[in-house]
Amino acid sequence: MEAVLAATSIGKRFPGVVALSDVDLTLRAGEVHALVGENGAGKSTLIKVLTGVYTPDDGTLEYLGERKRFARPLDAQAAGISTVYQEVNLVPLQSVASNVFLGREPRNRFGLLDFRAMNAQATQLLDSYGIRVDVTRPLRTLGMGVQQMVAVARAAATEARVVILDEPTSSLEPREVDTLFAIIERLRADGVAVLYVSHRLDELYRICDRVTVLRDGRLVHSGAMADLPRLKLVAMMLGRDLEEVQREGATKFEGEHAAGQAPVLAASGLSAKHRLDDVDVTVRPGEIVGLGGLLGAGRSETVMAIAGALPLDSGEVNVDGKRLRTGSVAAAMRAGVVMLPEDRKADGILPDLSVRENIALAALPRLSAAGLVSRRRQDSIVDTFMKRLRIKAASPDQRVGELSGGNQQKVLLARLLCMQPKVLLLDEPTRGIDVGAKAEVQALIDELAKDGLGVVLISSEFDEVVEGSDAIVVLREGKVVTRLEGDNVNEAALLAALAEDSRDD
Amino acid sequence: MTEVVAAPRANAGTRAWLRDNGVYAAIVVLVAYNLIFTENFATMANLSTQLVQVAPVLIVALGMALVIGTEGVDLSVGSVMAIAAAILPLYLGYGVLPAVLLALVAGGLCGALNGTLVAVVGIQPIVATLALLVGGRGLALVFADGQMTVIQNDSLLGLGTGELLGLPVIVWLAAALAALVWLLVRYTTFGRQLVAIGGNRSASALAGLPVRRVLMTTYVISGVLAAVAGIVATARLTASDPSAIGNLYELSAITAVVVGGTPLSGGRVRILGTVAGAVLMQMITATLIKHNLPDSTAQMVQAAIIVLAVYLQRSRAGGGQ
Amino acid sequence: MTTTQQPTTLDPDESVSSNTMTRAERLAGLVQRRGSIVVLALVVLIASVSFDAFPTIDNAQNIAIQSSFLAIVALGMTFVIISGGIDLSVGSVYALGGVLAAYGIQFGSLVGLLLPLVVCGAIGLLNGVLVAYGRLAPFIVTLATLLGARGLLLAITDEGSTTRLMDREDWLTQLGQGTFLGLGIPVWITIGLFAVGVVVLQRTRFGHSTLAIGGSREAAALMGLPVARNTMLLYVGSGMLAGLAGALAAAYSASGVTIVGEGLELDAIAAVVIGGTLLTGGAGTVGGTLAGVLLLRVIQNVINQVGTLSSHYQSVVSGAFLAVVVAVQSYLSRAHLRGGKR
Repeated sequence: MEAVLAATSIGKRFPGVVALSDVDLTLRAGEVHALVGENGAGKSTLIKVLTGVYTPDDGTLEYLGERKRFARPLDAQAAGISTVYQEVNLVPLQSVASNVFLGREPRNRFGLLDFRAMNAQATQLLDSYGIRVDVTRPLRTLGMGVQQMVAVARAAATEARVVILDEPTSSLEPREVDTLFAIIERLRADGVAVLYVSHRLDELYRICDRVTVLRDGRLVHSGAMADLPRLKLVAMMLGRDLEEVQREGATKFEGEHAAGQAPVLAASGLSAKHRLDDVDVTVRPGEIVGLGGLLGAGRSETVMAIAGALPLDSGEVNVDGKRLRTGSVAAAMRAGVVMLPEDRKADGILPDLSVRENIALAALPRLSAAGLVSRRRQDSIVDTFMKRLRIKAASPDQRVGELSGGNQQKVLLARLLCMQPKVLLLDEPTRGIDVGAKAEVQALIDELAKDGLGVVLISSEFDEVVEGSDAIVVLREGKVVTRLEGDNVNEAALLAALAEDSRDD
Repeated sequence: MTEVVAAPRANAGTRAWLRDNGVYAAIVVLVAYNLIFTENFATMANLSTQLVQVAPVLIVALGMALVIGTEGVDLSVGSVMAIAAAILPLYLGYGVLPAVLLALVAGGLCGALNGTLVAVVGIQPIVATLALLVGGRGLALVFADGQMTVIQNDSLLGLGTGELLGLPVIVWLAAALAALVWLLVRYTTFGRQLVAIGGNRSASALAGLPVRRVLMTTYVISGVLAAVAGIVATARLTASDPSAIGNLYELSAITAVVVGGTPLSGGRVRILGTVAGAVLMQMITATLIKHNLPDSTAQMVQAAIIVLAVYLQRSRAGGGQ
Repeated sequence: MTTTQQPTTLDPDESVSSNTMTRAERLAGLVQRRGSIVVLALVVLIASVSFDAFPTIDNAQNIAIQSSFLAIVALGMTFVIISGGIDLSVGSVYALGGVLAAYGIQFGSLVGLLLPLVVCGAIGLLNGVLVAYGRLAPFIVTLATLLGARGLLLAITDEGSTTRLMDREDWLTQLGQGTFLGLGIPVWITIGLFAVGVVVLQRTRFGHSTLAIGGSREAAALMGLPVARNTMLLYVGSGMLAGLAGALAAAYSASGVTIVGEGLELDAIAAVVIGGTLLTGGAGTVGGTLAGVLLLRVIQNVINQVGTLSSHYQSVVSGAFLAVVVAVQSYLSRAHLRGGKR
C-alpha cells in the first residue's frame, strides 16, 4: 500500500514545553490508523501539525510523494486532508446541506447559490453513507450522532485523501457508532487514509488496521493493531513496562491508611446521560479512593457530580449519612465536600487576583461579619495555609498568575482546606507541576488523609493512583468496572481491569 | 501544560505601565500644560466648575465600573437618569425625601429588570440593557408628559447650588459615593465575589459563589447610582428635563471606566482609575474649549482615546497566554 | 454490556426518529422567523379598522417614506448582527452622510452622492479593520467611531451651526424628493436594496459565510472560510448604507441637518431584533428586518393617530418589544439546546 501522508521526525516546541519530539507517522491509502495516548501525549499537537494549524519546528511532511508545508488549515483542506474535531465543529443554526457545502457551495450560472443542486447533492452524499435525513433542516435539530455523521460526510465530500477523526464516538450511542463504522469502512474501501483517535479500546480493535502510540510527545510504538495485545497497549499508553509492573514505585505516598468504619461519603447510582451510568463511590474517613480509567472513562464527571457541578439524571450523594441536594456546589460545600477541578486555569485560579484573594475566595462569607471581610481573620487563615502548604510567593499580595504551576495548585488546595472539608475530591492534583512540588502535594494528600479526611483521587499517572490509593474504583465508559481493594490495589490488577474487553463481560 | 513565567518584554512592560497608570500620567501632563498655558486655570471657581460638570458622569461611571467588572455592561443608565428625573417633580409635593426615595427605588427597579434579564433569563448584558435604553427614556417622557418641569423645591435646589467647605455639595456627594464604592469593592464579601465572578465565572461557580445574586445586586447598584446622577443633574439644571437629562451618559460612563484601566473583559474594578478617567475626559474637553478648539475636536480626541485604551487592554489579554 | 454485532446499515426511520422536530419546536422556529410579519399584519388590521385616517393612500405613502431611511440603515445592521457583531456608529454616520451630501453637492451632484458613500465607507472600513483584524470588541470600537463621526460632522458644519441647503432642482435632491408611481424614490431605492440584500444573504457564498461566522466563528474558521475579510466587508457595507440613507434623507428635506440620527442606531438594532434576527448572530432574515422597521413606524403612526396618547409611548413600546423578543429568543434557543444536545 502506498503512503499518502508521511510525517518524519516531527518536533514541536512551545515556550517552556516540548510538545512533540522526533515523532514519525505514516498513513497509507485504504487503512484505518489508530493514534492513541493519554493526556499530554501530543496527539492533538500532531494532528494540528498534519492539518496546517501548527508549523513543525523539526521534521518533514510528505504528502502524495511530495514534501509539503501547510501554512493554513485551508491549504491542508484544499490539498485533501480533512479533519473532524472532537466537539462537532459545524454551524448548528444552518441546514444540514449548508454545513456539508459551506465554502464550496454549488453555484448557478449567475454566480448565485444553487440550493436545489446543493440539497440534491447533500441528500445523495448522505444517502450513500446510509444516513437519511431531511437536509434542509437546521443541524441543531438533529441528535449529536447525526451531527457527527454530517461532519464526517463533509470531510469525505471534499475528495479527501486523508480523513482525521478526533474522538468521533465520544457522544454517540452504540447504534450510531455502528453507522459511523460503516462510513469508515467505505472510506477505507475508497482508498482514503483514516487517522482514528480514540480511547475506547474495543473500537480500536474493531476498526483499526495499524496503531501508533504516543507518550509525553514521543513515539512509543507503531505497528499492526492485531499484533498488539490489549494489556501491552494499555501499559504503553500509561508508560509502564509490563515486567516492571510489580516493582515498587517512587511516589511520596505511604502505604495504607487506618480508615474509620462508617463511610464519610457514599454516592450511589450516579447517572447522567452519555456520561455516567449508575456509578457508586464510597469513602471512609482517612481513606484515599482512587478512580481508575482511561481518558474519557467518566472519572472527572464522577467527582463533578459528587461536588454538585454536574447535573444528574438520578443518583444520590450522602455525607456522614445525610443526603445532599445534588447539582448545587454550595450545598456540597456546606456539607463539607470540596473539589479541586481538573483544569486549573479554566476552572480554578483567578490569575489576576492575589494569592490572598484566591485562597480566601470560597471562605469569604465565613471570614466576614455583616458583609465586611475581616482582614485580620483573612490574613491569619491565609498565613496559616501558606505556611502549612509551603506556598512560595513573594507575598500574599502577589498575583496568582505569576506563580509556578505547583504553587498555583497549592493555592487551590488551600482554598479548599479553608472550608474545613470532610471530603476532598482531587482531579489531577499533580498534573503539570514540577517534580519537587509534586512530591510535596503527594505528601500533603497523605497527611490530610491521616488527619481523617476522605479523599477521592484522580490521576493520569498510574503509579500515583496505585500507590496513593487504599482502594480503586475502575471506570470505563461512564460505568464502574470493578472496585479493587486491599492486596488487589496493584498495577497488574489495574492494568488488567483497564484492558479488559468489555464484550467479554 | 508546564507553567512558564513569561519574561516581560520591554514593550509589554511599557504597555502594562501605560495601561495601569496612563490615565494618571495624562492628568498630570494636562494639569501642567494648563497651569502654564491656560489663563484662570488654577482658580477655585474653575476647579469647582470642572468638578461639578464631572460629578454626574462619575456617579454613573461608578456603577458602570462594577457592571463592567462582572464582564457586563449597562447601556440603560442614561435612560434611568431620565426616569429618576421625571419622577422627582411628580412627588415633590410630598416633600423632598419621599420624592428622592421614590426616584432611587425606580432606579433600583430598573436595575432589577436588567439584572433579571442578565442573571436569570441569561441574555447578554448589551442586549438586555439595550431594551431599557430604548424604552426607558420614552417611559420618562410619558411620566413627565413630555414636559420640562421647573423645580421650585428649595432643598432640592440646594443640592445643586449649595457649597460645603468651599466645594459644591454635588462634588462632595460624588466623592463620598466614590469612596463608598471603593470600600465596597475592596472590603466587602460582595465586592470580592463580584471581581472573582468577572474574572472567572466558571471557577467562581465551582467555588460555590452565589453568581446570580451577585450579578443581580450589581445591576441594581448601577440602577440606583444612575438614579442618583439623575437627581443631581436635575438639581443642577433646576429643572426636570427627561428628554435631555442623561443623554449619551452611557457612552461617557463607559469611556471613563475603560480609560481608567478597567478591562472590558471583567475581573478587575479600578474605582480610582474610573474617577481619574472621568476627570481626564472632562479636562480634555475643557482644555480644548479654553483654547478655542471646538467640540468636534474634543469628540474625535475622545474617540481616539477610547480606541487606544481598549487596544492597551487587548494586549494584556493577548500577552497573558 | 452485551453487544450483539448489529447490521451496519442504519435503519433510516429509526435513525432519525429521535431527531424529528416536535410540533412545538417547529412552531417556535416559525414564530422566530415570521412573528414580526404576523404582528405587523395584525397591527395594520386593527389600525385600519380603528382609525379612518390610517388606511389612506396618503398615510401609506407617508409611512413608506418615513420607513425607508431607517430601513436602509437597518439593512446594513442586519448583516453585522447576523455575523455576531454590532454597529453603534450608524446614527452618527447617517447624520454625517446627510451633511456630506449637502456639502458635496456644491461641487456637483455626483460628488454629493459619492462623498458620503466614500467617507462613510471609510469609517466602516476603520470599524471593520479594528474588529476583524485587530480583534477588538465591536461594541466599543463602533462606540468610538460614533463619537468620532459626530466630531467630524461638527467639524464640517462650524460646530453644527451651518445647515447647508440643497438645490431643489438638482437630480440628487430629486432622488430624495421625487416620486415614481406614487411612491417616493427613496422607497424604491429601499425596495431595490432589500431585494439585493435578500439575494446576497440567501444566495451568495458571502451571505452564507456571514451566517456561518455568526453561528460559530471558530467553526467557520476551521471550515476555511475567509472570516476576517468577510467581517471587515460587513462593517464597510454598514457604513456605506448608513451614509447613503443619510444622503437620501438630506435630499428628502433638501438640507444637511446636523441634529438627525441621534439614537438611530437603537431604532435600527430594535428593528433588526424585532425582525427575528438573533442578537447572538447566526440567524436572521432581511425580510424580517423590513417588517421590524415597518412595525416601528406603523406603531409610531398609530400613536400619532390616537392623538390623546403621548408620542413617547413609541419608544416605550419599542423597548418593551425588544425585551420580550430577546427573552423569547433566549427561551427558544435554550429549549432547542435542551432538546437537541445532551
